Amino acid sequence: MALLDVNHLDVRFALRRGDVQALRDVSFSLERGERLGIVGESGAGKSVAAFSLLNLIAKPGYIAGGSIQFDGRELTQMSDRALRHVRGHRMSMIFQDPMMTLNPVLSIGEQMVECLKAHRRISNREARAIALNKLEQVQIPSPAARLDQYPHELSGGMRQRVIIAIALLLDPDIIIADEPTTALDVTIQAEIMALLLELCEKHNVGLILITHDLGVVSQVTQRMLVMYAGRVIEQGPTREIINDPQHPYTQGLINALPQMATPGSRLNQIPGSMPSLDNLPSGCAFHPRCGFVQRADGSTRRACIDEVPGFVTSGNCRVACHMVAEMLERERIPAEEIR
Amino acid sequence: MIAFLIKRLFHALLVMFVISIIAFAIQDNLGDPIQQMVGQSVPESEREILREQLGLNDPFLVQYLRFAGNALQLDFGYSYIFNQPTTEVILRHLPATLELVFATTLLIVLLSVPIGVYSAIRPRAWLSRFFMGVSIIGISIPVFLTAIMLIQLFAIGVSWSPFPAATGWGAWLNDLVSTEGGMPAYGRGNPVPVLGTWATNFASLEGLTYLVLPAISLASIMLPLFIRLIRAEMLEVLQSEYVKFARAKGISLRRIYFVHALKNTMLPVITMGGVQIGTLVAYTILTETVFQWPGMGLMFLNAIQRSDVPLIITYLMIVGLIFVITNTLVDLIYGLVNPTVKLTGKPA
Amino acid sequence: MTTTTPQVASRWSRFRGSYLLYSFKRDLIAQLSLVVFIALVAVAVLAPWLAPMNPYDLAQIDIMSSELPPFWVDGSDPTYPMGTDAQGRDLLSTILYGARVSLIIGFGAVALQALLGVSFGLLAGYLGGRVDAFLMRLADIQLSFSTLMVAIVVGALVKAIFGGATFSAYAVPLLVLIIGLAEWPQYARTVRASVLAERSKEYVDAARVMGFTSRRIMFRHILPNTLSPIFVISTVQVANAIIAEAALSFLGLGMPETQPSLGSLIKSGFDYLQSGSWWITLIPGLMLVVLVLVINLLGDWLRDVLNPRLYKG
Repeated sequence: MALLDVNHLDVRFALRRGDVQALRDVSFSLERGERLGIVGESGAGKSVAAFSLLNLIAKPGYIAGGSIQFDGRELTQMSDRALRHVRGHRMSMIFQDPMMTLNPVLSIGEQMVECLKAHRRISNREARAIALNKLEQVQIPSPAARLDQYPHELSGGMRQRVIIAIALLLDPDIIIADEPTTALDVTIQAEIMALLLELCEKHNVGLILITHDLGVVSQVTQRMLVMYAGRVIEQGPTREIINDPQHPYTQGLINALPQMATPGSRLNQIPGSMPSLDNLPSGCAFHPRCGFVQRADGSTRRACIDEVPGFVTSGNCRVACHMVAEMLERERIPAEEIR
Repeated sequence: MIAFLIKRLFHALLVMFVISIIAFAIQDNLGDPIQQMVGQSVPESEREILREQLGLNDPFLVQYLRFAGNALQLDFGYSYIFNQPTTEVILRHLPATLELVFATTLLIVLLSVPIGVYSAIRPRAWLSRFFMGVSIIGISIPVFLTAIMLIQLFAIGVSWSPFPAATGWGAWLNDLVSTEGGMPAYGRGNPVPVLGTWATNFASLEGLTYLVLPAISLASIMLPLFIRLIRAEMLEVLQSEYVKFARAKGISLRRIYFVHALKNTMLPVITMGGVQIGTLVAYTILTETVFQWPGMGLMFLNAIQRSDVPLIITYLMIVGLIFVITNTLVDLIYGLVNPTVKLTGKPA
Repeated sequence: MTTTTPQVASRWSRFRGSYLLYSFKRDLIAQLSLVVFIALVAVAVLAPWLAPMNPYDLAQIDIMSSELPPFWVDGSDPTYPMGTDAQGRDLLSTILYGARVSLIIGFGAVALQALLGVSFGLLAGYLGGRVDAFLMRLADIQLSFSTLMVAIVVGALVKAIFGGATFSAYAVPLLVLIIGLAEWPQYARTVRASVLAERSKEYVDAARVMGFTSRRIMFRHILPNTLSPIFVISTVQVANAIIAEAALSFLGLGMPETQPSLGSLIKSGFDYLQSGSWWITLIPGLMLVVLVLVINLLGDWLRDVLNPRLYKG
């Protein structure tokens, strides 16, 4: 049994004109100390997936179905009090924009100590000692002085280090990082990512990294999910997916990377844009943008337009695509004919 | 801290300068001290001599400097109505107004914070909707009308018998919709003397009953304003990333509401409090008029009606001073609550 | 003629498809408020034709029929459905005429405030520098005294300068002037904040690069973008101006009893409260509250819908 096991998770937003499904049938798992990347365009449901793990989706969002098993316990059924004990303690989060994440009127020390005291019975002095130790671990200059400073006195990169220190305070099993470097200067992004990776490896902390940066995913994570319009469309070992993407959308994402384009030519964009969640196309949500559908023969094409694709296994990866399913089918039949 | 204080002091001096110019202009144009001193029968030639003696023919600047010099010594001349130094008259009326304002502030602070916070935390609860509905009605009723309605309801009383009194239920219902009246609604009663001219309404139960209706009237217009402001700010803060992060840290909701959110909510509320001090003073004039509360507001209105120019000027200068002092205090409090404001004057 | 018609039509259809109308159709309170507001304005405007008596006409007043109660209280006279005041005037008529005076002063004062405030705000925001510093410091000082306080002081001074009789004769324009002068900072600060926000946007740079004069940029490009906060403030300001007028009249610094507004009606009735004639003060009071309340409700609704960047503090 994996440390974290998410099965058929459905998340909806109750809006006035009816429910909008933000996550549909999302399943994945995470082993202890494993690093998982969740990739997709903005609006694909990456952040919703991250926030739903700790049941922190903002209203009117709610978990409509599925299960989240963490260390053998079902999180979706847990009382708020019990769940609060998991938050920040066994699973902690790093947010996107460090300028907005820390409370401007509380000192760094207060914001660290309150987190420790929420989960452990310790004195202020012990809590400050732990906080100081964590600030040292994130290599912040003059850590002792930082405890009494306020967020506005720190730069963005330093604040993100403080937030990483807060995430590590209680030695959690899993850290969920929601685009932890997007809001930072490019020069600092690599530093922060390297620090996060180093700390996770050193303390054997699992990492769920949400990002749209395929480069970062390939450097940091061992396995990855690709999401599109609220669904997981491909998942498996990061290396395999990056080297040999199966789903046309994943292929498009990788092809769109600037380094994949011939110098001097245009970048390889995926035509069109992601549909909005309250107006999803029928069948495979990607079919209006998919280059293969136009070339596919009648029955597969109809399947793409009418049927939501299920997962098929290809190597170590699982892919939700009619085209891939058909190709695998074709490969299998000749193999049987030879025998 | 010192740099901040110097900056505030400079601002305060500027405001007081503007007020003194206005006050002086009023005195120069409205008050004819000769008229007040000697009456109609004195011939023009004697008046001219008096004018010369009093320096009323000096250039504007000289007269203003003399006025400002006297003002610094709190000497604004004699009130025509009371025939006493104006500062003495004001000092005698000051405690009544201060006590009324204090009681009102107490009501506002004690009620607006819990109600505002509650309506932000539970925006859809029926109690919140009720509070918001009452607030918008409260804002729409002018303070003197609230005062008049309170007098009708609780001082005069309403006897209304829409139900048949013969049946037991009818009589009971009639009692329910009628009020007894009898609350004091005129003046201060007999406040207990404390020190010099200062007598207090807070020292006896009877004194407190005199405060009830005026204080509720005065609070009725400010309270909804603050409830709405606290609710709006709190709602905004609760949407912020740092509140989400605090929840992700596993902090208890109570701590999130009352430490993380409330502290940030209070910043604009403090600023608003500073702005509203002026409004409060204006409303004391109205409230004191309705209840004949013997404070500075009622005195000011009497001074206006009887053209007691020295008293009007003294009131303006003293109220201006109170504004400046309270606004500086509000800024100081704001700086103490908000760490991003540098009171030290060091470059941030 | 023919060229303007399609533009008008498109504007109308744009309004019909707008979010403003959509949310109005869904908001019962906003609809009710608008209906009541229009009804009140209509009866006030039509007062000379609707009112059974002309309260300004001394010949129609019968002192013998003073302090008669409204129709549902014993001892009422069917000629005076809302009763009469202490001078024997028909209360219904005086209220209709009074609402008219209150509305004229309210709208007049807000028009003046808006004119002053928007001009000063545009100047301060667009020119910046010393003009900005001076105007905003002035606005700060005036606001820190509260607009009602400024109105009371200015009202007292004006009355002292002109004397009671002259003041009464020109009370309406003077009150418009007093309340208009007292409240301009609200507009100026909001407009300035919007101008500063808009000025940094690219379309203004673009307009400048294309060689438009700053006046043209201000009026053709920036001003239209500050309209929605101005619109929202205006509703609140009309309510405030009506209350300010009532307060001044209540203090005896406003409309005289011979030409009463709602505020002076309340004031004149207050003296008779102790003798049991509550209707003289409370019925005009109710009219005032309903009028201000529906304007405030409409303002709240507008703010929720347009959600403009308003100046805080």
